[in-house]
Amino acid sequence: MLSFFYLNMKLARFQKPEIWGWAAFDQLTNLRDEVNRLFESPYQNGDSGAFNMWAPALDLYEDKDCLILNVELPGMKKEEIEISLHENTFTLSGERRNEKNYEGSATSREERSFGRFMRSLSLPKQVDANRVKASYKDGILTVTLPKSEGAKPRQIEIHESK
Amino acid sequence: MKGDTLTMSNVATQEKRTVRDPRDQSREARPGWIQPQVNITEGKDSYLLEAEMPGVSKDGLEILLEGNELTIIGRRSHDTAGAQLVYRESIERDFRRSFELDPTIDVEKISARMESGVLYLTLPKAEQVKPRKIAVE
Repeated sequence: MLSFFYLNMKLARFQKPEIWGWAAFDQLTNLRDEVNRLFESPYQNGDSGAFNMWAPALDLYEDKDCLILNVELPGMKKEEIEISLHENTFTLSGERRNEKNYEGSATSREERSFGRFMRSLSLPKQVDANRVKASYKDGILTVTLPKSEGAKPRQIEIHESK
Repeated sequence: MKGDTLTMSNVATQEKRTVRDPRDQSREARPGWIQPQVNITEGKDSYLLEAEMPGVSKDGLEILLEGNELTIIGRRSHDTAGAQLVYRESIERDFRRSFELDPTIDVEKISARMESGVLYLTLPKAEQVKPRKIAVE
């Protein structure tokens, strides 16, 4: 049953990554929330719902001290984005609303995705949850995750033996 | 050039296939550019065009009007100096898309606003095509 739901989850956006990282980058969703949602409002007008999740494009960078995540989330408010870190699993979720306050309107072209989204991934390095910083600018969410001391590369000195 | 134009006057016939499969995007875009995803809404007095261009600031935006062809270009800086790419889903390209404007649009009055990586273009209809009530004497 569980896998049935995952397989049928219609991801409104899917891009083939240029570099296929690890299998850990599956699009995980909170099944319970989605099932609840399904029963709450089965006849919602299409924008959001269990089978209409979309996935924003996500990039991961690494430097000496940090992991840096860039997520493409155009047209949101920072309050609508939720990020959490639990046991080195990073979760991003939120809902992008379509603010249709346009009088007497008829949509003639609709390519943008609206509704709920969620991405979850296991980070490849241990990070220090207390020092995570996030910013949102020009539709890009940037999350800087400092590596914990133990995960940083360390130079090991070689002693000359006599 | 004409390959990816969109005639707003034809929108009714295009409605059936308005939701494009994003996987087609890489095939559609010409080399060097990607097409921003757009929504076009027709109101009483104007059209509203929303184009998603994450990473583009107001300074990176260029809107060109040539005759009745409107081109939007969004350039973004890829500021990840010193960091190594581990995994990538976004497409490292700038945005460009052209639209053929309906002749009823008053090109003099087009206005644009950029907010959180979304371009909002208001394309007002010319006065003579707006619905008008005629008083019966």
